[in-house]
This record gives sequence, C-alpha cells and structure tokens, in this order.
Amino acid sequence: MATELSTKHVLGIKYLTADDIQLIFETADSFKEVINRPIKKVPSLRDVTIANLFFENSTRTRISFELAEKRLSADVVNFSAASSSVKKGETLLDTVNNILSMKVDMVVMRHPAPGAHFFLSQHIDANIINAGDGTHEHPTQALLDAFSMREQLGDLQGKNIAIFGDILHSRVALSNIFCLQKLGANVKVCGPPTLIPKHIEKLGVKVSYNVRETLKWCDVANILRIQLERQDIKYFPSIREYSQFFGITKPMLDSLDKKIVIMHPGPINRGVELTSEVADSEHSVILQQVENGVAVRMAVLFLLAAKR
Amino acid sequence: MKKSKVILKDERFALTIDRLCHQLIEKYDDFKDTCLVGIQEGGVLMGNRIVTRLKEILGVDSLEYGKLDITFYRDDFRTRIKPLKASSTEMDFLLEGKRVILIDDVLFTGRSVHAAMTALQHYGRPENVELLVMVDRRFNRHLPIQSDYVGLTIDALEESYVEVEWAEIEGNDQIMLIA
Repeated sequence: MATELSTKHVLGIKYLTADDIQLIFETADSFKEVINRPIKKVPSLRDVTIANLFFENSTRTRISFELAEKRLSADVVNFSAASSSVKKGETLLDTVNNILSMKVDMVVMRHPAPGAHFFLSQHIDANIINAGDGTHEHPTQALLDAFSMREQLGDLQGKNIAIFGDILHSRVALSNIFCLQKLGANVKVCGPPTLIPKHIEKLGVKVSYNVRETLKWCDVANILRIQLERQDIKYFPSIREYSQFFGITKPMLDSLDKKIVIMHPGPINRGVELTSEVADSEHSVILQQVENGVAVRMAVLFLLAAKR
Repeated sequence: MKKSKVILKDERFALTIDRLCHQLIEKYDDFKDTCLVGIQEGGVLMGNRIVTRLKEILGVDSLEYGKLDITFYRDDFRTRIKPLKASSTEMDFLLEGKRVILIDDVLFTGRSVHAAMTALQHYGRPENVELLVMVDRRFNRHLPIQSDYVGLTIDALEESYVEVEWAEIEGNDQIMLIA
C-alpha cells in the first residue's frame, strides 16, 4: 500500500492512480475522526501558507477548502477575481507569481479556463490543487463523492453508479467518471441527448436517456445541476419540460425494489433535477457529502504537504 | 551487517508487564477517574497487554482505554525521508479532570511523547499525565521528557535501534537491540 501520493499536484483525477485515491480515502478516514472531536484542529500544516485563488464564484468548495486548511493549522490567504487586479488586465501567471513571491507554499485554484492549472503547474514551483477548471475537472469533488459512496456501499468494485443531468457542462461528471472507473465501478450517464457529450462512450461509460431505467440499474444516483450559466444556446425547451422528463421524484424511488443512494454536489435547484422530497429523504446523503468534503480536502492538503 | 541481540524475552518479558501493572495499581488503586492511552502503533500493542493484565489482576470488566494516533501532530512529518501514514484514533471519552497514563513501547528522543501530549490537549484538560514505557533509552533524549514507569532501561548509542516485538504480531514477546 502506498504511503505517499505519486504526484506533486492534484490537477485532475486523470493524473492520480488508484493507489493515490485509496491513500487519500484512508487519510480522510482519520481526518473525519478529527473533525468530529470537540477541538477540530491538528497542527500538521502550521508552517505552510496556502493561497485560495478563486477566479470563479464558489461557496461550498471555497468554505470547505478554507475550513480544511484552518483545521490543519495552515495560514490562509483568500483571493477572488472580482475584487483584484485581474480586472486591470494582469495575466494569470503574473497574478500567481506575485502571490508566490510573498512565500506561499500551496495554491488552491478555481478558474473558468479548462487546463489553467496544468499550464500553471508547468511554470511554478508551489503545489497546485484544482478546485474546478471550467468544464474540465473538479477532482476534490469527485474524491469526496466516491468517499461518500464508499461509506454507504463499502468497496466500489463492480458497483453501478449513474450520473444524471447536465453532463456536457459538468466538470464534476468528468472527474467522477475517471475516479469511479479507477475504483472499478460501472458508470452510466443519463440526461437529455443535447446535454450528453458526443462520443462519451469512448471513456467506457454507458449512456441512457431514460431516467426510470437508469434508476433501476444503479446503486447510487449522483444528480447534477443544470448549468444555465454555461449554456450559450438552448439545450432543452424549458426548465419545466426538463424537470418533467429528467427530474427525479419520490414516487420513482419508492417504485424501485431496492434502496439507492441519492447524491448531489450542490447547489441544488429544488424542483428541477430532483424534488425537495427526494433531496430531504432518507435516501439522500447530500449533507454527509459536504461534511466529507472537509475531511477529503484535509487529506489532499496533508498528503501534498508531505511531498514538498 | 547489522547485529541484533535479544535483551529481554518470554518469561522475563511477562514479569516486566506484571511489575508495571502492580506499580500502576499501587498508585491508582481502583483506577477511578483514570484512563490509559496507548500511542499508535507500538504503544497500543503495549497498552493492550497492560490493560488485559490489569483487568485480570483487578478482576474488572472494563478500564477506560484509548488509542491515540499522533501522525498529524508530529513535528517531523515533512522532514522525514519516509512518509508517515496515519493510523486510527479511538478515544471515545474526554480527558477533562482525569488522570491519564500515557503508554508507549520505546521512549527514545521524546518527540512522539511530545506530539502525544499536544494531541491529548484536544480531548480536554487532564488532572495529570504520567508516562509508562516498555523501554527507556535514557541517554538519547532530544526533549526534556522523562518516564514514570519503565519496563527496562537501555543505554545504547544514538544510531542503534531498539525494537519491541509482540507475540500477536511477530510471534514472540521480546526486546531486540539492533546495532
């Protein structure tokens, strides 16, 4: 069993090995115990400074990373593009190099351009963690999703996982596909044909356009939001029509002969991709996902810090 | 080629565990408001043995006993050549106002014990903390930390290695000096 990551950055699940993922999970188990203590803090990263660079909006991921960093006793600086010199025309590399020259050790970044992190990793020395790059990858989300599935189902080898919704614009979908496949799970995507990328079968996933059939097949339903802010054209006639054909309801779950796990990376649009009844049902582990997010991010930060 | 020598085994090993238990009983009597905490992983093996024997001697079913992982508290986790891997922490009680007996297998530089004391603070403010070790390498300390109960004191060179082996893991109860 590995005791350290094979990589210096976490740019995407694509670059992690199955051993890396297992190591992150085992370390996250320990951190989950830590964050449920009366004092939720350990001194591991007390000599590490981390910059959170968010060139795109975020609540959950940003708070989750910041809590993870603070619970590891790291020093944290926050940056959001809206209130920075990026507006004055500074390039990404200049912005980051300026921040790094103030002796920052690690960078957590969200950026609208796919591949921004990879580009940065070619030019700077600090450890980089991808907190979402455009429609490309969101590795820590996939790790926390798979960690939450593992808590519910145990080993994911041979398990059936379905991803519903806007696959085309979702970085969570791609990272989930890579992560679940590395752990040996079977992955199916389900949504309207316009929101499923062409040739996605080449990644080894199954495709379905039928929600009821897919629900019957799966052990876990990971439901994604419709990303209206990334949709430049109309991909379906109306939100109402989408929710009628692709929304998941309580009667659908009740009609199944097994109990499936409902997950959602947030933010939820209640009444669109799933009803409130489903989101708040006993099937749902949506809030456990958020809790696990902190533990998984602590594990990633801790393991990367050990590589410095 | 490194040479290894057995310096304590079998019957004397068991006698040492017994002696440590009796020393604890002399001080803690019925172990009221007292808990034992083993440091992962060697200290937990030692702790398991001490707790089992204490229960036999005292004729009680349970003692408050926790297992503490100190990986996240170590001051050398990024300077070591070999990376550290976390073990589990099982502490389902708080230490507030309690007497704590911290257990480890070998007391060497004192850094593990130092990390363990930092970790203990996160479970409340104990009344006091004492340290029990199987082996005390008394001339190799890096920090001002001393043991209260010692199985065996060893004077060895800094570069030599002392290993405590356990029947449940290695097949034999013995202490080895590897130099």
